[in-house]
Amino acid sequence: MRELFSTFTHRLAALFRRRRLEDDLDEELRSHLEMGVELNMRKGMAPEDARSEARRSFGGVEQTKENYRDQRGLPMIETTLQDLRFGFRMLRRSPGFSALAILCLTMGIGANAAVFSWIEGILFRPYPAVPHQERLLALGGTAPGEARGTPISWPDFLDLQRNCTLFDAFFVTKIMGTTLSVGDRAEVTTGSIVSANYFDAIGVHPILGRGFEPGEDTGRNAHPVTVISYQLWKGRFKGDPQIVGKTQRLSGTLHTIVGVMPEGFYGTFVGWAMQFWVPASMEETFEAGGYKLEDRGARWIEAYVRLKPGVNLRQAQEEISAVAARLESAYPDTNRGRGIRLWPLWQTPFNNAATLLPTLEIMLVVVVFVLLIACANVGNLLLVRSFARRHEMTVRMAIGAGRGRLVKQLVTEGLVLSAFGAVGGLLVAHWCRHALVLLFPARGGVTMHLPGEIDGRVLALSAGVCLLATLVVGVIPAIQTRKLDLAGALKADSAGVVGGAGRAWVRSGLVLVQVSLSFVLLVGAGLLLQSLQRIRNSSPGFSTHGVLETVVPLVSAGYDAPRAQSFQDELLERVKALPGVESAAFGRMTPLSYGSFSSTPIAVDGYQPPPGEQPVVQYNEVAPDYFATMGIPLVSGREFTRADDEKAALVAVVNETMAAQYWRSRNPIGERVQVKGRWMQVVGVAKDSKYESVRETPIPFFYVPLRQNFSRAADLFIRTPLNAETMATALTREVHTLDPGLALYEVITLQEQVDRSTSPQMVAVTLVGVLGGLALLLAAIGLYGVMSYVVSQSSRELGLRMALGADASNVLRLVLSRGLTLTAGGVLLGAAMALALTGLLGNLLYKVSPRDPLAFGSALVVMTIASLAACTLPAWRATHTDPARVLRD
Amino acid sequence: MPTSKSEVLQGTLDLLVLKTLDSMGPMHGFGLAIRIQQVSEDLLRLNQGTLYPALLRLEQRGWIASKWGFSENNRKAKYYSLTRAGRRQLLEEAESWGRMSAMINRVLSAS
Repeated sequence: MRELFSTFTHRLAALFRRRRLEDDLDEELRSHLEMGVELNMRKGMAPEDARSEARRSFGGVEQTKENYRDQRGLPMIETTLQDLRFGFRMLRRSPGFSALAILCLTMGIGANAAVFSWIEGILFRPYPAVPHQERLLALGGTAPGEARGTPISWPDFLDLQRNCTLFDAFFVTKIMGTTLSVGDRAEVTTGSIVSANYFDAIGVHPILGRGFEPGEDTGRNAHPVTVISYQLWKGRFKGDPQIVGKTQRLSGTLHTIVGVMPEGFYGTFVGWAMQFWVPASMEETFEAGGYKLEDRGARWIEAYVRLKPGVNLRQAQEEISAVAARLESAYPDTNRGRGIRLWPLWQTPFNNAATLLPTLEIMLVVVVFVLLIACANVGNLLLVRSFARRHEMTVRMAIGAGRGRLVKQLVTEGLVLSAFGAVGGLLVAHWCRHALVLLFPARGGVTMHLPGEIDGRVLALSAGVCLLATLVVGVIPAIQTRKLDLAGALKADSAGVVGGAGRAWVRSGLVLVQVSLSFVLLVGAGLLLQSLQRIRNSSPGFSTHGVLETVVPLVSAGYDAPRAQSFQDELLERVKALPGVESAAFGRMTPLSYGSFSSTPIAVDGYQPPPGEQPVVQYNEVAPDYFATMGIPLVSGREFTRADDEKAALVAVVNETMAAQYWRSRNPIGERVQVKGRWMQVVGVAKDSKYESVRETPIPFFYVPLRQNFSRAADLFIRTPLNAETMATALTREVHTLDPGLALYEVITLQEQVDRSTSPQMVAVTLVGVLGGLALLLAAIGLYGVMSYVVSQSSRELGLRMALGADASNVLRLVLSRGLTLTAGGVLLGAAMALALTGLLGNLLYKVSPRDPLAFGSALVVMTIASLAACTLPAWRATHTDPARVLRD
Repeated sequence: MPTSKSEVLQGTLDLLVLKTLDSMGPMHGFGLAIRIQQVSEDLLRLNQGTLYPALLRLEQRGWIASKWGFSENNRKAKYYSLTRAGRRQLLEEAESWGRMSAMINRVLSAS
């Protein structure tokens, strides 16, 4: 054992002292021979004889040296180093080839690394600076008829925290926006309402001041303290070292800044960077809907858990479900039918992880395709070169290099190429870290935050991809060495034929693969594009043009209910008086926005729900003229008027689906519905529209007058032919006349609102489109390469044909038809693959069949045009073959 | 088979080198080659060159050490000497060699 170790260290050390040791060896052998000569001369030999006798008894000097070297170093490593040096030299000798090959691999590996880094940074390790994210899970509620998770209530959260044992921590973080005024600048910013244990639970601690203390999340509005982000501290507060202890007005209430979080910590919400945190006791200040900490029916918080080490999701879920079941039986009024569920972070239902998951899944498949296409291209390039190097290879084999040694050298050259590609790819991924955000439509005020994360796991995966590329790229020319025959290789050949299969099968096969893979991507891009168009063109049930929407953030400006109400009345009068305004109305929520509508258990006169089922319906609080302003038609009855105020009888408007579901064939007008213990009379039936997603199927929904259910959170809708900018200027003037301290959200059209709600589809289309285009380009380059090669190798045949009377158009047709045959083969293969694979697009498709003929047809057209373009230059060159010259050569 | 023959040769050569260095003290390669030829009475007609990879192997295993020095004729030469580990190895091998030859002798005389 000791000898083995000693041998290895000696050999390893020898690798680094080769020159020294080589000199030593020379010297030692020379001295040996000279001593031999001396001895022989002493024995009386003539100098000449003495010398040759000494040499004879020594044996072969070079052979001895070679044996000695094998014994001295590590031959495996030495030949590898030799191959590497040789590989580098080959790259330097043909810079054009090397640049093209490395560029292809950079694209392929870069696309993979970028997608890996997005998946890592958005789905698996979404919260920079937070340790042990593998033990974090998202916690939310379930309810019948709710496909996505629901928020949970504060009392339920506390009960879970008290009764569960398998968790290190339960913590709450609820995203919210507020108006932040520092100096004379007021702007909208995002923050989180958190439980007091938040910073301890995630394991990130303030760099200045403190986090929240236990108990600061209890008591109504009892602890106006805030911890701010590093960016906010550096930006708005100019890095003030004395910041801790100063106060800042947030949502109208003075808060004491107690801490500053470290740089690179953005909170725990995929999609947005948090700028400040307040304890849950301040909920009422930031959230519409009043004080909710003691209301088990008010579901508003988004929560996470940290598992104890060694606990798995199933065990944790069992414990949580048991507690949820106990809560259900203890509080049937609020909890009947409701469960509580854990999700892995990458499936978190309440942030952008869930919306991006299907897109990123598709991207994984797409980038593998791009990588394969890029590898096929580089393989093809190497193949061309391996023909050029056939002579070199043959000579090496003739002087005794084993085939294994040749393959090893080719693979090493592939490794050099893909290592460069990998470095380039990681740079690409690094530059693309923040690229996802750019694909989302811009939103005024706050910018999205979707960083890629290049960590050890991403690096390891990229290295794996690089090795895969090396194998593919190196093995392709290696196959070709099998065909080297020593005798035949010295013959010149330009005697191939255009239609000939022969040796070209590897190259043609590669092009076939490239064409088919890029065809699949083109079909995918086509399908996604079409479904995006369908989504954007499908009517959401309200006017998308001629209606503007904005938010006047009264809650975050610290308005109480009576003041908010009179402000809204005054503003509405002023807006209606503006030139160009046809009508205007407030509503609590904008359809298709991030927040969720309120939902409530209902009872309907004359409707007997099936046993054990409690009908729950979503609703919106809207002001008079809402339906006219939004352009939602009423099927029968009337909409709300100013007469439907606090003192009048309670009324409601239901949608068609709700009318059909709860009143069947009866006319609901004049009937009663009970909401939160209050009976309301149905006065109108509105047409169905889209509420939470353009893609939803019609759901029951109803409206109540804002006046009878007042909420300070109110979105303003304005029907006007004016554009958004003009209206924003006028509106800001009116708002500031009433209250100069108010910051208005951006003014957008409802079409913009629809577009924003469909941005994940938009992102998918853009990504697949860009990569599909890249794949098409690579495939076209591949086809071009093969056709050029075919033409150059079959110049004798072409010359012969031309000498025998073929004219330019014959030759053109001959070459083009060969190229198009390849393309057709690739398209057929690609179509078969596409039919099998487009089903994966699943719910990214909207009203488009995965076998949509239009998508397949347009992919065919694009592919044909691209391949025609790729074949034209080689074909044109073929027509310029000079028969006299090629036949003479 | 050439391989097995050279393997036998290698083992024997190692033992001869160790033994020679043990009895003669530090020597250079040429001296070793001559000495081994003398001792084996030219039975081992080896190419002197084969000695060098063997010396390197023994040095790598830590059984011998080498140092540049000067010969009696004031010629620069590399001197090899036995290390403590080498002496231990020599004892072990000599012993097992003795056992082996004794056993072969018994087998041959018994028949």
